[in-house]
This record gives sequence, structure tokens and C-alpha cells, in this order.
Amino acid sequence: MKPISKSIPKRDHLTKANGSAMYVCDYPTEDVLFGKLLRSGVPKANILNVKLPGLPEGYHYIDKNDVPGTNQVAIVLKDTPVFAESTVEHIGDPIGMIVGPNEHEVNRLLNETKIEYKELEPVFDVKKSDVVFFDYNYEKGDIEKAFIEADKIFEEEFETGLQEHMYLETNGLIADYSNGKIHIHGSIQCPYFVHDAVVHAMGIKHEDVSVAQDTMGGGFGGKEDHPSVMACQAAVAAYKLKKSVRIIYDRKEDVEATSKRHPSFCHYKVAVKDNHITGMQINVLYDAGAYTTLSPVVLQRGIIGACGIYNVPNLKVHGQARKTNTVPSGAFRGFGAPQTFFAVEMMMTHIAKDLGIDPVEFKLKHVSKQGELTSTSGKFHEPVPIPSMIDRVIKASDYYKKKEKYEKSTRLKSTHTKRYRRGIGLSAVYHGGGFTGNGERDLIKAVVKLKKDPIGNVEILTAITDMGQGINTVFAKIVSQELNLPIDRIIINYPDTSKVPNSGPTVASRSVMIVGELLRKAAAKLKEDWIDGREQIIEEHYKHPEFLIPFDLSTFYGDAYPSYSWAVNAVEVEIDTYTGCIDVIGAWGSFDVGTPIDENIVIGQMEGGFLQSIGYGMMEKMTAVNGRIRNNTFSDYIIPTAVDVPNMHVMLHVEDYSHGPYGAKGAGELPHVGGAPAVIDAIQNALGVTLNKTPFLAEDVMDVLRRQKSNG
Amino acid sequence: MANEIKFILNGQEQVYDGNLAARLLDVLREKFNLTGTKSGCKEGECGACSVIIDGKLMNSCLIAMGRVDGSTILTIEGYSETERFLALSDAYESVSAVQCGFCTPGMILASESILSSNPHPSEEEVRIGISGNLCRCTGYNSIVKAIGIAAEKGSGLW
Repeated sequence: MKPISKSIPKRDHLTKANGSAMYVCDYPTEDVLFGKLLRSGVPKANILNVKLPGLPEGYHYIDKNDVPGTNQVAIVLKDTPVFAESTVEHIGDPIGMIVGPNEHEVNRLLNETKIEYKELEPVFDVKKSDVVFFDYNYEKGDIEKAFIEADKIFEEEFETGLQEHMYLETNGLIADYSNGKIHIHGSIQCPYFVHDAVVHAMGIKHEDVSVAQDTMGGGFGGKEDHPSVMACQAAVAAYKLKKSVRIIYDRKEDVEATSKRHPSFCHYKVAVKDNHITGMQINVLYDAGAYTTLSPVVLQRGIIGACGIYNVPNLKVHGQARKTNTVPSGAFRGFGAPQTFFAVEMMMTHIAKDLGIDPVEFKLKHVSKQGELTSTSGKFHEPVPIPSMIDRVIKASDYYKKKEKYEKSTRLKSTHTKRYRRGIGLSAVYHGGGFTGNGERDLIKAVVKLKKDPIGNVEILTAITDMGQGINTVFAKIVSQELNLPIDRIIINYPDTSKVPNSGPTVASRSVMIVGELLRKAAAKLKEDWIDGREQIIEEHYKHPEFLIPFDLSTFYGDAYPSYSWAVNAVEVEIDTYTGCIDVIGAWGSFDVGTPIDENIVIGQMEGGFLQSIGYGMMEKMTAVNGRIRNNTFSDYIIPTAVDVPNMHVMLHVEDYSHGPYGAKGAGELPHVGGAPAVIDAIQNALGVTLNKTPFLAEDVMDVLRRQKSNG
Repeated sequence: MANEIKFILNGQEQVYDGNLAARLLDVLREKFNLTGTKSGCKEGECGACSVIIDGKLMNSCLIAMGRVDGSTILTIEGYSETERFLALSDAYESVSAVQCGFCTPGMILASESILSSNPHPSEEEVRIGISGNLCRCTGYNSIVKAIGIAAEKGSGLW
């Protein structure tokens, strides 16, 4: 490890530990009005009438007629309304908002409000939806030829479910009004996204809006697009009433109304010749829900990763995101990749099993190498450390010995009378750091600033938010190291768009790799130009690395990402055949995020993400029945506790990225890509079957066991 | 007042004559401005609102005010003035066990609850002891490690 990797105390440690940190829910509520949204109770309808109860003095109803600019929330597209125009498209779609000084009274008024609808035919089954939001295709090589020449062709479909972020702090923000200006603060992952959305909806000047982040209780992608919706609603009310308006969701509202991971169906057709994969034809279908939100970008990442870490010479990929009348899907750690990586990892194990080859050997035979083409005919410019990472995980988990033992036992009749069965599984994945394609160059154009005061303290000014992942500590370390200044001379606060430049959103595992490198360069410049006793400001702008093959989004050709982070995960399970319950008895992960800027912080990211990913595999099931989310609390949407994965072992592998600060690459999302396929692989090993869906729960185990029993 | 109750909150006697069916969580946050106690679910599942009542870890969202008459209540604000807090806080800091921080006050009080009944817990006992406190960020390893470090370095405090 390099010296910079040595951990230091996190900057936000003490205020969070002693309870004094101010989250948006902790701000005083005197002189603040409470806003509560009137939401659709039906999945698709024309709104005929909203019948309000008598509103006491000081209570107001806000809806589309109050939006001063355009009744649209600008996300990627602008199809999400601030308040419903004349139709509702999903249960929970906001129609209006009741605002007033007493929260209980606001709730009472809301409960007494009646909405009259003319219900329309909703669509819940994404396969039956004929509204295609996004449709992408790409190919390389000659897939038809690969199928003609194949010895064997494998076909299978994979299914993944909804996943809810379940950050401990629900979505919330406050809009303040003063002299024609709007200030928003709250639990906001991407302040400039919110800023631009409020400017668009309000029709006011850019400089009349400011957006600030408060201490945040987690995000994981779940506070990437939705705060834009809430901020527009709160801003409309604050502007009309000339008062501060606060919207903070309770847990049920947060689960029912905010975005989740896209459910998916991925269909694979794979050509094999001489025990080697020669081609893949892949159809990816994501359920976008009622509005487009971030679906185009999620789908792009999903289809780019559709052939996993493998070198597939002939490849044809088709991806669609279609509309259904359910809550919109959006960003969640991994951002479209966990779905396709789950599918391809399971596909690889199934083909290997059929061919009688050990799945890990089979994967190793196909792993891309440095210099080889990516799925989009870009290049793996830097080393691919997967073989040595697999080696390490196999040794740590005793994979081969266990695998063979468990596999043998599934073939013995005596096993089938035993109560407990064990299995072990392994996955190998990557995550591309930064925005897809030319996004960093053409869309984001990140800017950072360093401001030195006359005493010689240096303030970091970026739009990146610390949601708990520790970026403020990491940025301070980078600048301190480069300037050779003590860490306590570096100042960093939560961003406010009136003070910080637009360094882009806190997404796509880009914060350290892209923005951290800009800060390092700015610090190097400041060091060179340092003048004692004077205020100095250094600004640094993003430059696209020259080694990259330009990416063309219309053909999906070129380098989709500048660098790749790698992960190998193994999971061991024990299944109780009496109850179907699955216990994770061991989990091992090797992760390569380049040089960790802070070892504890990176390990914390890996452990937390890995656990979420294991939850996605065997615990976190969310169902929508007729468009209504059934699991809207912690009681029925189960996330892992401290006893669920007691033996998790995280190892770091370091393969530096030439253009990242001190060699750092993307980190945050990587651990959420490979957990689910490793768990499901372990379950199929334990049960002696092939599985094709995640999550896989006790009831699914019981189904398999019942089938095994009836088949004798 | 007929419905007046008394209790000790962070070492100070308090008299309360408000709604006795109100949640302790809401009263702590809104009346006493003790916002270190967090609200994550209001149904006793997440543990973010944990406080210590008469030496026991409780979800303050499930406690009606009427129940705390005569009780001694410790919130993170009171606890953070103790030496035990410093030992736990240092231990959490040394392994960066605080991420978003929303579960942290409750998690620290859960740590206190474990160590006050069992100063040298096994890893399994620690995991069971915090299993009523959900954390979505850390994966729990660092928190478990921190409690072990506090037990060792703060030996004698508990």
C-alpha cells in the first residue's frame, strides 16, 4: 500500500457519532410549512376532479396550476411532471400537495381529500408493454456465422427483481423563499441536477436558485433523480406562499414513491465451438416504470456489460427499456450492471456444467486480457487482474475442495434425507468507472476549484456530496498530500451551488477517479504558484484522456469507460431443507479499485456494497401487485442485519489506473455487481440444479425441493 | 395537571404534561430538541431511534410517553458526555465504522447496552447485540470490530 492509503479519522466522524450532525429532519420547524403530497391511488387514469375538504386558514393546496415555469421535472428527458397534468401513470404519482403549519392537520386534510378518476387500462407486465422508451443495438464480429459454425447453442432467460435502497434516512428537503430567490437544502445526492430542474420548472434565473446538501443518511443512487421532483414541488409551494416548505417522506411513502432498481429479463443465446464460446446474442429488457427518469443511461450500462468480463468475438446485443404503470425505476449502485452481470455469470456456469467443465476454469478460459477488445470494440488498456484475484479468493474460501464435496453430495441419495445442504459459488465482474462513453467530456465537463486564504488554509470547492461514503475525507487527503500541507489546513464543506463549481453529479463511481484527479492537478498547480500571504484561486477543468478510443453512442463503438475496476466474489451457503432458509456461512471478495486513497474507507465501501448485493441475491424481494408496492416497510422488505453474513472477508487487489489520483479507480458501485450471482451459484451448487432468477428465497428453495421429491 | 409525569432525561429531572400517547421519539426530537435520536421507520424495525431507558436499550418510536413516568432516559446527547462514549467513539473512528451516520447514535447506544451487560463479549454476542439496529452502509464488520476494540481498550470502564 502507498502512504496515502493509510487511514485517517473521517472528517464527519464525531458529529455523526455524538448526534449533533444536522440532517434535514433536524432543522427547526418554526416558521416552516409542512408539505404532504396528494398521490394517485390508481395505476392509470384521467383525473376528473380533486375534492378538497374545507382548508383552514394558513393551509393551501398546490398543484400544476401553481407551477410558474414549465410543469416538467428536467431529468435526462422531461416527461416527469412536477404535478400531474390530467392523467396519472402510477400509484403514487403526485397530483398536488397540501401545505400548512401543522403536520398532523396536513395529514388529516390529505386523508379527507377525494380524487375522482376515470380509470384506464394499465400495463404491469413489461413484456406486454408496447411503449418502448429506449431501444439500443450494437454488435461486433459475425454472430450469424458463429451460430452456423457452432457445435452447440445454449439459450436461457434470466430474471431479476426490484431492489429498494433502504437508506436509513428517507428522502427529504426544505425550500426557502427570500426576495424572489429559492434556496433548497436537504438530502440531495446531486445538487446541480436539482438546481437545473428547479430553474426549468420555476422559469426563474439560474442565479436565483441555490441548492445545498445537508448531512445525508445514505443515498446509493436513491437520491439521484427523486430530489429533483421533490425540490420542484417544494419550490413551487415556497414561491407561491413566500415561506419555507419542508417535504420529508415517512418510510412507506419513500418506498412507494421513489425509484428502485430496474426489474429485468435478459435472454441469452450462446454459440459454443470446441468447448469455447464463439458468440452471444443477448436481448435485455428493463422495466422502466411510468417515466423515463434515468433509464436511458441505466440501460446503456446494462447492455455494455452484457457479456461480462469475457472476450466474446461475435456479439449482438439489443436492449430496451419499456414503460409500465409502476413507480419509476432509477439509479441504484451498479446502475444497470448488476442485472446483466447476474445473467451472464449464471449463463457461464450453466454452459460449463453442461460441457462438464469446472465453471471457474471455464470462466478463466474466456476472461478478457489486456489489449483485447471490449464488448463495444474499445480496449482493455490496462492489466486485467482477474486470474490472480480468482486465485486468491479460491485459496481464501477453499473453493475447489468445497465445491467438489458439495457437488458430489447432491448426487448421493443419502444427501436428500439430510436436513442441511451446503453450496459454494463464485462470480467475477467489472465495473467501468465514470460516465458511460463521452459523458464526462460532452455532458459533465467537470470543474473544480481550490481556494487558498491569506493564512494558507486551502478550501476544496466541488459539487461532490459526501453521503457517508467518505469522499470529503478522501478529497482532503489528496489535496493535503499533493500540497504537502497538514490535513487540518484543508477545508471542505458540503456543497452549495451558489459557492461551488459544477463538478458533476456524485454518481458512476466517478468522484475519486475523475474529480479527485482534477483536485490533485489543481493542488499541483497551486503548489507551483503558491504565494505566501495572498488569496489564490485555482480552477481545473476536465480533459478527456487521449489514449481513449472515442465512443459513438449511436453505434456503441469505442471505449465505454476509461478504466475498469474488478471483483471476484465467493459465497458459501447452508440450506435448511425443512424450512428452505438460506444461511450465508461465508463470503469472500477480492476487489481492485486501484490504489485505495483510504484503506478503511474503501474496505467499508466494499463490505457495505457486498452485503447489499448478497441481499439482492437471497433476501431483498419486492413485489408490486397491480402496480402497488407490497413491501413498503422494514418489516416486509428484509435487508441484512449484523447476524446474516457474519463471515465476510474483503481483500484489496491494487492495479493502478494511470489517469486516476495516485492510481485510484472507481470504487463505490463495484461491490454491488457480483454478490447476487455468487449467492445464486452457491444455492444451485447446494441443490444440484441450475437457477435463473434473483432474488432466490426460502419459498423458491421449497419449490425446488418439492420438484426434486416428486421426480424421485 | 392531572396527567403530569416526571422522568430523568440525560441526568435532569423533567416534568411533562403533554399527550401521554405521544411517541417518546417525537417528544425527544420536537419538545426537547434532542435530534440525535433518529427516526428511520417508526415501527420498531430499524433501531435508529434507540435510547436507553432504565438501563435497557429501547426503540423510542414504540414507547408511549405514559410509560416513561418515573424512568431514567439516556439519549446520545447525554451519553456523549461520558468516558464510555469516548472509548466507543475512538474505536468507531479507528476503523471508520461511521458512514452515513444515521444509524450511528442508536448503534453506539446498542454498543453501550452490550458492553454494560457483558464487558468482554464474543463476536457472535456483539452481532446478536446489534442485530436490532439496521445499517445499510457498512456491512457491519467495522462496527463489530469497533465494539471489540472498545471492549479491549476501554477495559475497566464497563
